[in-house]
Amino acid sequence: MVNVLFFAELQEAVGKERVAVDAVGLTIAELKQQCSQEYDVPRLDQAMVALNEEYTADDALLADGDTVAFIPPVSGG
Amino acid sequence: MHSFVWKGEPMDKNFWITTEPIRIEQVYKKVVRPQAGAVSTFIGTVREFTKGKRTLYLQYQAYVPMAEKKLEQIGREIAAKWENAETAIVHRIGRLEISDIAVAIAVSTPHRNDAFEASRYAIERIKEMVPIWKKEHWEDGTKWIGDQKEQVSYAKRLPSKEQMENG
Repeated sequence: MVNVLFFAELQEAVGKERVAVDAVGLTIAELKQQCSQEYDVPRLDQAMVALNEEYTADDALLADGDTVAFIPPVSGG
Repeated sequence: MHSFVWKGEPMDKNFWITTEPIRIEQVYKKVVRPQAGAVSTFIGTVREFTKGKRTLYLQYQAYVPMAEKKLEQIGREIAAKWENAETAIVHRIGRLEISDIAVAIAVSTPHRNDAFEASRYAIERIKEMVPIWKKEHWEDGTKWIGDQKEQVSYAKRLPSKEQMENG
């Protein structure tokens, strides 16, 4: 399983901080598509993605136990 | 001399996220040292009015482990750009009231020009890529804020390959 984390407006839209998804072997892009279909998430395509706490590209492949975080535009400071 | 430790302050790291109130001394004391001739500090505070709209309070959220790693990365970038620079950064999350400190940065260098430049660099990088978000609470509603810099589209500010690898 792959752990998927949501933050800020994405978290409120999904209604959960995290979900476990059967996404082993998929790419980040495919996971995004799957999450878009399953949840009513606004502007998921604009989110950056972190794989195991590091920014990654959409073509990265997912392995069992990975943690993916969808990072909407940040506003710290 | 700098032995006092405030609540929520880590003994062993220069880059951290906290739910406790921030004091500028917390970052200052981590970078002051004999080789330094300058310590530049930056404090980001909660603003009441933005474009005429009144903020009641803010809620900050972070992806804590990654945010701390990214703050550390900013410290490494500064050390690579400015000779003999040391950096400490703390960012607060949770509910913050008007004028509360959201972020504090301290950079020490042998000479003042580098310290000024590097502390400016640190706050700009935080706003670009550290996974922290603020939710505005106004009199008439709420909103998660994104893309504060607004100079370029968010999609064009994806971290470079080099940044990803150095992270």
